[in-house]
Amino acid sequence: MIALQGLIKRFGDETILDGIDLSIEQGEIIVVIGPSGTGKSTLLRCMNFLEQPDGGRIQIGDLSVDVTQASRKEILALRRRTAFVFQNYALFANKTALDNVAEGLIVVNGWKKPQARERAGELLERVGLSDKANAYPASLSGGQQQRVGIARAMAAQAEVILFDEPTSSLDPEWVEEVLGVMKQLARERQTMLVVTHEMSFARDVADRVIFMSDGRIVEQGPPSQLFSTPQDERTKSFLRKVLATQAPW
Amino acid sequence: MNALDIDYMLGLMPILLSYLPLTLEMAAAGMVLALILACLMAVVRVLKIPGLNALTLLFISFFRGTPLLVQLFLFYYGLPQLMSALTQINGVTATIMGLTLHFSAYMAESIRAAIVGIDRSQTDAALSIGMTRGQTMRRVVLPQATRVAVPTLMNYFIDMIKATSLAFTLGVTELMGATQKEAAGSFLYFEAFISVALIYWGVVELLAWLQRSLETRLNKAYQR
Ligand SMILES: Nc1ncnc2c1ncn2[C@@H]1O[C@H](COP(=O)(O)OP(=O)(O)OP(=O)(O)O)[C@@H](O)[C@H]1O
Ligand SMILES: [Mg+2]
Repeated sequence: MIALQGLIKRFGDETILDGIDLSIEQGEIIVVIGPSGTGKSTLLRCMNFLEQPDGGRIQIGDLSVDVTQASRKEILALRRRTAFVFQNYALFANKTALDNVAEGLIVVNGWKKPQARERAGELLERVGLSDKANAYPASLSGGQQQRVGIARAMAAQAEVILFDEPTSSLDPEWVEEVLGVMKQLARERQTMLVVTHEMSFARDVADRVIFMSDGRIVEQGPPSQLFSTPQDERTKSFLRKVLATQAPW
Repeated sequence: MNALDIDYMLGLMPILLSYLPLTLEMAAAGMVLALILACLMAVVRVLKIPGLNALTLLFISFFRGTPLLVQLFLFYYGLPQLMSALTQINGVTATIMGLTLHFSAYMAESIRAAIVGIDRSQTDAALSIGMTRGQTMRRVVLPQATRVAVPTLMNYFIDMIKATSLAFTLGVTELMGATQKEAAGSFLYFEAFISVALIYWGVVELLAWLQRSLETRLNKAYQR
């Protein structure tokens, strides 16, 4: 169970997140959509304190913190309950695919190196990259790098994996393989919060779609409902624009 | 013009070479200590640790802003006057100290630049899986920054080897000091100093070669 209450984030005078309330059930798959600059990335980054939020509460699992009073220990604990998949993959360039995945197990969870690497090998297999275990990120395609990124997030055994536009940097040819891995995770009921412009993914996979605009959740609902009968004018106009280029059905 | 006294040079070389270890030891000790200090200062600068950051800036400014020779004299002649415990700081120690502090100031800035140059999102990624800032630095950022900084740091090491020759002004008989004495005895100044120049040059070339092979190795992870 994950709950955000009145989450606020400002950059300077600008309020980027204007009181976000959101609760996520275990195993729920949520897709967040919305115009550019609306605060979607900021929302994800605030949830694990990559950005320090300015107000509100974050609860993940059995840990609930007032963001303005979170201690370093609590922040670390929150981060260990979440995992993040980045738009630009953000793999450790000095480590092989296998070591990218094993790193957290060794450093954060204190696993012995052989066990960690064995587990990392299993995870790479699940994302279809067994044969690239010893390759460095620079020698991998975007799609392969992102799959390593997902395996790294899976290794964290987090309550929730946060995906920030995981396919937006990819050449079109690699998008499907990454979405495929994400769909597999969804079938296993891994709790996921996914910011994406892939409407077909939202339709096929999401339990709930959230439309954000100007730092607020404007409306939300199951994909069938949100896509076919949006209520708010902003949702309608946003959907008209994206659906003009990619129809979800 | 008199002919070069080759025989004298050939006889002199082994004598001078026997002082090379001391020169290299001072440079190596200076380099190791300077690297440690420089890394610490670079991290302080990158993380902008309050208090320490300002202190580091002052340190860097002073040691880059004054000549190495002045700093050496300050340690060798000046410090004992301030602290009686150091009544006889020896020349080698003073040289290592001077080299360490002087070069660490320069090296801290190159290391800092290298750290800042590492893609910020890798730090985010490390933090996102629950690594602490320290772990992120040690395991992700510094290894990559090292690769970026190695060519520059090697250049500083080469500079440092040459700078050890200043130790002779503190009465240390290292490579340069030994040459000076030999030359004064034989009056064959040109032969003596060209010999020592050749030795420094050879050592530097050897290091440059090492530097290239080190870079090849460090770049292994980044080739497509
Ligand atoms: N570090 C920062 N400093 C100042 N402003 C920022 C910072 N990060 C984001 N912003 C601003 O916050 C707003 C929201 O940014 P955010 O990246 O969360 O939007 P987004 O919904 O993810 O957009 P996109 O779809 O383009 O990724 C933008 O106006 C952006 O300029
Ligand atoms: Mg974004």
